[in-house]
Amino acid sequence: MKLVVPKESISSEKRVAISPENISAFETLGYEVWIESGAGDLANFPDNLYVQSGARISNEKSELWAKGDLVLKINPPSNEEVGLIKEGATLISFAYPARNEELLQSLGERKINWMAMDCVPRISRAQSMDALSSMANVAGYRAVVEASHEFGRFFTGQITAAGKVPPAKILVIGAGVAGLAAIGAARNMGAIVRAFDTRPAVQEEVKSLGGDFLMLDFEEDGAGSGGYAKVMSKEFIEAEMKLFAEQAEEVDIIITTAMIPGKKSPILITEEMVRSMKPGSVIVDLAAEGGGNCELTEAGRSKVEHGVTILGYTDLPSRLPAQSSRLYGNNLVKLVNLLGKTDQFAINQEDEIIRGALVLDHGQISWPPPKVEVSVQPVKPIEESVKEPVEEKKSIFSPGLMLGGLCILLLAMGWQGENEFLDQLTVFVLSCFVGYMVVWNVTPSLHTPLMSVTNAISGIIVIGGMLFVSGSNPWIAGMAIFLATINIAGGFLVTHRMLKMFRKE
Amino acid sequence: MTEGLITMAYLVSGLFFILSLGGLSKQETARKGNIYGILGMTLAILATFASGEVENFKLLIPLMLGGAMIGAVLAKRVEMTSMPELVAILHSFVGLAAVLVGVVSFIDPRDVELTGANKLIHEIEILLGVFIGGVTFTGSVVAFGKLRGSLSGKPMLLPGRHLLNLGMLGASIWLGAQFIEQGHDQALISLLIVMGISFVLGVHLIVAIGGADMPVVVSMLNSYSGWAAAAAGFMLKNDLLIITGALVGSSGAILSYIMCKAMNRSLANVIFGGFGTAGGSAATASEIEGSITETSADEVAEELKEAKEVLIVPGYGMAVAQAQHVVKDITETLRGKDVNVRFAIHPVAGRLPGHMNVLLAEANVPYDIVFEMDEINDDLPDVDVLLVVGANDIVNPSALEDSSSPIAGMPVIEAWNAKSVVALKRSMAAGYSGVENPLYFKDNTNMLFGDAKDTLSAVFSKLG
Repeated sequence: MKLVVPKESISSEKRVAISPENISAFETLGYEVWIESGAGDLANFPDNLYVQSGARISNEKSELWAKGDLVLKINPPSNEEVGLIKEGATLISFAYPARNEELLQSLGERKINWMAMDCVPRISRAQSMDALSSMANVAGYRAVVEASHEFGRFFTGQITAAGKVPPAKILVIGAGVAGLAAIGAARNMGAIVRAFDTRPAVQEEVKSLGGDFLMLDFEEDGAGSGGYAKVMSKEFIEAEMKLFAEQAEEVDIIITTAMIPGKKSPILITEEMVRSMKPGSVIVDLAAEGGGNCELTEAGRSKVEHGVTILGYTDLPSRLPAQSSRLYGNNLVKLVNLLGKTDQFAINQEDEIIRGALVLDHGQISWPPPKVEVSVQPVKPIEESVKEPVEEKKSIFSPGLMLGGLCILLLAMGWQGENEFLDQLTVFVLSCFVGYMVVWNVTPSLHTPLMSVTNAISGIIVIGGMLFVSGSNPWIAGMAIFLATINIAGGFLVTHRMLKMFRKE
Repeated sequence: MTEGLITMAYLVSGLFFILSLGGLSKQETARKGNIYGILGMTLAILATFASGEVENFKLLIPLMLGGAMIGAVLAKRVEMTSMPELVAILHSFVGLAAVLVGVVSFIDPRDVELTGANKLIHEIEILLGVFIGGVTFTGSVVAFGKLRGSLSGKPMLLPGRHLLNLGMLGASIWLGAQFIEQGHDQALISLLIVMGISFVLGVHLIVAIGGADMPVVVSMLNSYSGWAAAAAGFMLKNDLLIITGALVGSSGAILSYIMCKAMNRSLANVIFGGFGTAGGSAATASEIEGSITETSADEVAEELKEAKEVLIVPGYGMAVAQAQHVVKDITETLRGKDVNVRFAIHPVAGRLPGHMNVLLAEANVPYDIVFEMDEINDDLPDVDVLLVVGANDIVNPSALEDSSSPIAGMPVIEAWNAKSVVALKRSMAAGYSGVENPLYFKDNTNMLFGDAKDTLSAVFSKLG
């Protein structure tokens, strides 16, 4: 089967669907990989890198599309591309089926299997194929970089000969993948980072990245399904807006990431709040595509209002093309793996990941899929309760009982014992106790030498053999002597060898 | 030499043995301990030579020289990774020697003079010596085979094996009673049959125990070999044998106890109910959420270079892959870069108590950066990168979190508390206990698949 990667047709798009590193993985699955000439140029993957990794280059766009059994793309295909695609081929790309109905129709006519990267269910098993998360990660990082570019000061606080520089204060709203990436990046640049999220469960993650988690005096858990937050009650939103208004006066940079899939983004930063911010402040609105979390955001543009720069870029992942392409390519590898090797290629709808991602099945619209519940979210509290230490199994032989039993046994033996035997027994029991006391002191790291030494000294049985070697059966006794001396010599020498190796610094 | 002198010489050599074990309590005194042991043994043998009871030097001297040579060659040649095998086979020698001494002391005409209670006690002692020696002998041979891999490491479970064991024990006791009542010649036959049964019992007991339980088995056989020597001491009325046997016996018993405790299992559970026989709880253990992330040698090398605190948790896989030298190279390079590299050893890691310590010592890792599980568990949250080299069950979180797990309650190294974990593993197969390891599915765990020696060599080459 032929796997083709065309050059993205949107002019502002710098990414490419796979990086040269991914080629070998596809080849292992049995694919012949074709790349459109120049597809990776803007992501710093020139053609020759792909060729070195084993791919073939096609200069002719229509030829490439015509031979592709499996087409890997980032953006949904343009109308021109719909005309080029081979009938019955499988296409993997972002699809946004909710707003691309026409495209679904026209691809449907060409009997296409279309798997949407944005419809991969957000379940634990599918994490490695979750392109939305990997792109959000890039976007969160890039948001900080864009903000620092516009912001006129250091992020980190410094005390210099020319005076003291206060650190920048950053508020991140929404601690999803993008928000967490932004928190991490901003912290690493030295800023003071505060974060807010309606889901208290993410508090720990925010803290682990070095951010402060802002709390509301309000009890409501915002964890919804699909890894997103749900819409909150009116009272909650009022309390939340009050918090943002307070923070706006104080912070230098606000990064908002509150998106609701398929809906308009909620307004969290009003014009009033923008006006209250210090001049030179920056707002990065990652929800711009859905209308923006700031009242003044304009999707795809940067502008200055009331002295505050408001960035509404929607192409942040594409602004870090090499990184995004790498991550997206890795996501693709994992998803294509699910389809099996080329000789057993199958779109197995029993698999909930495939079923979720499949929006066109041989041209039939199969979206939306039956609902799949997210499985990672509320695990945390349960984990706590499970963590109760499992009780250690207790032995029925308590030390007291053992000692008592031993005393009774010894007394019973003494009742009608015979003297010589009792003498030996005395020696035996005392030696057992001495051994017990001494061996407990042995450090665990010397347990192996301990075994080999005890091994050697148990060769003392050689004396038993020696006492009989002059008797009527010298060979049996001789055998015992022979074996025991192997033990003595072997045990002591190997211990010596081992102990010589132990050294201190 | 007079009898009194000999008795005192034996006493002194017994004291030397105690000092020898005492010396092993610390690294600094360990070598002295071994020398005490050698002194004690030399003294004991010389005293026996001088006792006047030994005459057949023409046979004795060549045998002793031959045995000593073989022992020396074994000790020199053995790979440190094969220490468990050597220890096991040496146990079998003691076991067999005890059997032979028991038999010969019964045949030997000196014996006939005893009467009454003395005779009864003496014969019970012979029986015990032969029986324990026999079990030790064949049991150790089987353990040796399992450790070497010439026998399958899997437990071999015959149907009704407990009944079989009980039957053999019962038969031995019955034959033992016959042995005491019978005349000399017939009794010899009974004794030999008991010996045969003990051989079979030894095989059958150990064959049923899996490869990873060998630390317990080897220490248990160590203990048995001691008891066998002590039994020989009773029958020969030799206090030195009794003292030494008791020392060795209790030492082995303590080691078995420590090993069992480290797995939160009882000795009976290890010997009679191996994993996978205790009902299919392994299969029903809760399913694991999450996915596995694979990493590459390059990335691991990068991660190690960035780290400040690195902890290495070695397991049997390191011994199998002979990876200890590469581990040491990596350790040294990182320490040269001011990375604090330490090791954490679980009591049952490897196939012998303290096995990992010996391997690391062989590779020249200083022992003061090697720590016990209990010393290190509290420090784990500060560890930047934790490398799991061929270990599985000893870093399994379900031991603490999942009370239905077959390894529930076993103390483990809490690897998952480290900031980042890299687990080196040959494949995704479950560990010895057959339990899936949720550690591999955690977000902060990356898997590096392949033979530990190859992957670590690749990591090392990228470190420079």
